[in-house]
Amino acid sequence: MTAATTHRAGPSGFRISKRVLPYVLSLPALLVCIGILIPFLTSVVYSFQRYRLSQPWARQFNWGDNYISFFTDPKFWNTLKVSLLYAGTTVVLELLLGLAIALLLQKRSTLNNFISIMLLMPLMTAPALAALMWKLMTNPGFGVLSYLASLIGLQDFRWASSPSTALFTVVLVDIWVYTPFIMILLLAGLRSLPTQPFEAAALDGVPRSFVFFRITLPMLTPYILTATLFRLLDSIQQFDIIYAMTQGGPGDTLTVFQVEAYLNFFQSTNVGRSAALMIILWAITYLLSNIFIKNWLRLRERARGQA
Amino acid sequence: MEHTSLLERILRGAALALVVIFFMFPIAWIFMMSFQTNETILRIPPQLVFEPTLANYTALITGKLMTAAGTLDIAFMRNLGNSVFLSVTSVAVSLLLGVPAAYAFARHKFRGSEDIAFTLLSFKFAPALLVLLPLTLYFQKLGLANTYIGLIWVYQLICLPLILWIVRGYFEDIPADIEYAYRIGGHSWFATFRKIALPLAGPGIAAAGLLAFIFAWNNFVFALVLASADKQPVTVGALAFITSSGIQYGQISAAIVLSITPTLALALYAQRYLVEGLSLGAVKG
Repeated sequence: MTAATTHRAGPSGFRISKRVLPYVLSLPALLVCIGILIPFLTSVVYSFQRYRLSQPWARQFNWGDNYISFFTDPKFWNTLKVSLLYAGTTVVLELLLGLAIALLLQKRSTLNNFISIMLLMPLMTAPALAALMWKLMTNPGFGVLSYLASLIGLQDFRWASSPSTALFTVVLVDIWVYTPFIMILLLAGLRSLPTQPFEAAALDGVPRSFVFFRITLPMLTPYILTATLFRLLDSIQQFDIIYAMTQGGPGDTLTVFQVEAYLNFFQSTNVGRSAALMIILWAITYLLSNIFIKNWLRLRERARGQA
Repeated sequence: MEHTSLLERILRGAALALVVIFFMFPIAWIFMMSFQTNETILRIPPQLVFEPTLANYTALITGKLMTAAGTLDIAFMRNLGNSVFLSVTSVAVSLLLGVPAAYAFARHKFRGSEDIAFTLLSFKFAPALLVLLPLTLYFQKLGLANTYIGLIWVYQLICLPLILWIVRGYFEDIPADIEYAYRIGGHSWFATFRKIALPLAGPGIAAAGLLAFIFAWNNFVFALVLASADKQPVTVGALAFITSSGIQYGQISAAIVLSITPTLALALYAQRYLVEGLSLGAVKG
């Protein structure tokens, strides 16, 4: 059958040429999303404008001013610093912890499988609600964690309400929610590794640290890369946990990109600055996602090959 | 693993116990708080033994909260209803749009197919507020501000890429020969799609739908920006709840328990597919 022939009529008399069919099938999905592309372009335009909702009459193009002013704006550098610090800390800690837990659970047993399923529960909790749970537990009046902190000598540990420990607290919540994500991906990776190299190493009496660093880790690398980049993309954009926990406070301790853009838009009604912030974040995520997609496709191909 | 010493086994056990405590404790503690009155919650040191009460749940379900200052109306059930409605409808729309598209991408390599598929995927990775902030202004002009239709539309950004890429993988796993053989028997592409491809990819489609439901349910920022109180799902509603005065901590806990139970239950039910879904088909569980 050549590409141009029409299909024999189906029971209901369908006649769609084979060339057009795939477009017909995929177009509705695309159309729904086109509506989303327009606001994206609008954001680009806004980012080159002086635009405050409170002063709509003063709206005009100022071209690169929003971006140029970032260079001398300590608030912007704070946003960049906190975002990178947050993303870096959470991803590194989650990777180490996730890998350790995956190694602990590697052996297939009823108990290990049960625990790995239980550990999915934080990941399935809405991050905003997880932040609320931790907020209740760290309440200075009755929070169980505040009480436990006082038992180990931290009498007045203020968790998210003190600038010195706020970042620690939200990172802790992020670790609670997202470590299981890395764990479950690495566990699947570990369990899919071929057994021969390990059997050979065991026969030869190779030390276990050598096996781990020279066999396990290299073979696991594609999984580690994919999981890490996935988390990094998410973490640099974190909004839910930080907003639900402190709304970016105390002060501007936790004004990461999306929180700062939200506050700029709704509190100081500075649409131009808010849009410029989002464009910069988008540029960062675009670079990361290109690296991610390469790794992800490679892994996906391998998974399909196994099927 | 046969050569593990007793000491190592003990250390491993202890490490695992710590892990389980860290990840399970918050859920267990909030669950316990939801059965306590403010009086027992505020007691120091925190109590492990208490007289459980269902008062928090009855207050939430009836929507009437008795406080010292009088009766307070709480709209939490409304939030819960919104969450159910928004998530179910969004996933249904996504399946309707996404499954045929996934089939097209899996079976027909047409001009621009990969570009379109990747464009749809890229929505998953772009910052939400980049699109949401201008969208608030557009929605006001279009009359979509604070409507279910507007929300369901933007929820497609969460559900559609997920469904498209997971289901595509399942369609690709079906050998093309099976479909070809059926086509040779004189059946239309639509009959082939309906009788062969859909049933074979069925479990994958169900899993993708469940996962999309969980992500839609757990979403916070879309509704925070685009919905006001009467359309808000639980994630946003619960936040408003904690800041309003006169609310008791037991009720907040009960609200959290009611809000996270559906996703936890679904996750446990569908856990077999979670690995594949969470990695968008890159890792098989």
